[in-house]
Amino acid sequence: MTVAIKIRYFASLKESLGRDSDSLDFVQAMSVAEVWKKAVPDQDMPENTLAAVNMEYVTIDYQVLDGDELAFFPPVTGG
Amino acid sequence: MIKIVAAEFDPFAEVQDYQKQFTQTGKYGATNLFIGTMRDFNEGDKVQGMNLEHYPGMTEKQLALVVAEAEEKWSLLDALVIHRVGDVYPDDVLVLVAIWSVHRGDAFDASRFIMEELKSSVPFWKKEILADDNSRWVAKNTDGYL
Repeated sequence: MTVAIKIRYFASLKESLGRDSDSLDFVQAMSVAEVWKKAVPDQDMPENTLAAVNMEYVTIDYQVLDGDELAFFPPVTGG
Repeated sequence: MIKIVAAEFDPFAEVQDYQKQFTQTGKYGATNLFIGTMRDFNEGDKVQGMNLEHYPGMTEKQLALVVAEAEEKWSLLDALVIHRVGDVYPDDVLVLVAIWSVHRGDAFDASRFIMEELKSSVPFWKKEILADDNSRWVAKNTDGYL
């Protein structure tokens, strides 16, 4: 079974990676941390990175599913 | 009601307009307004403008969760939260939190809670443009409502 997900990057992370999204297909179930390693193999995930799946916060051991939208972003600074 | 707006807004006019739709008059004894405005300095530097980025969809969703949590913790009659995105300049209003309740304590406490949670959990990111045209991301975060 193929799992296809969309990855989005925001703010300083988007800027440092030079792109705002990736699409990824894989055959084995993967956690958020494993997806990062596949999508950004040349860079460790910054320590304070936040992750969300389908617009809800998740921990990096969360298993992504087919059709998920996974987002990575730095700490928020609104208000 | 939660609104994310890309243009300048007048918080007082927004509150006045919003109150006009209230059907239950005579019920609220307290209205608390918090208005957050952009400063022209930060971390010892002069700031000429900012860009406020957000995550359309998730920002609204997280803000709705924060307001719902406040409604569980305190007895509130209504809430209006407006947050600005896009290019902003000193003196622009960045955020409005208006709370209506029967008694003042609930309105004061819920406003503080919503602001602290907004600053620590709702996806917005500020990028400052300094006086020398260099820009930098605001990295400092708050711990939420304590």
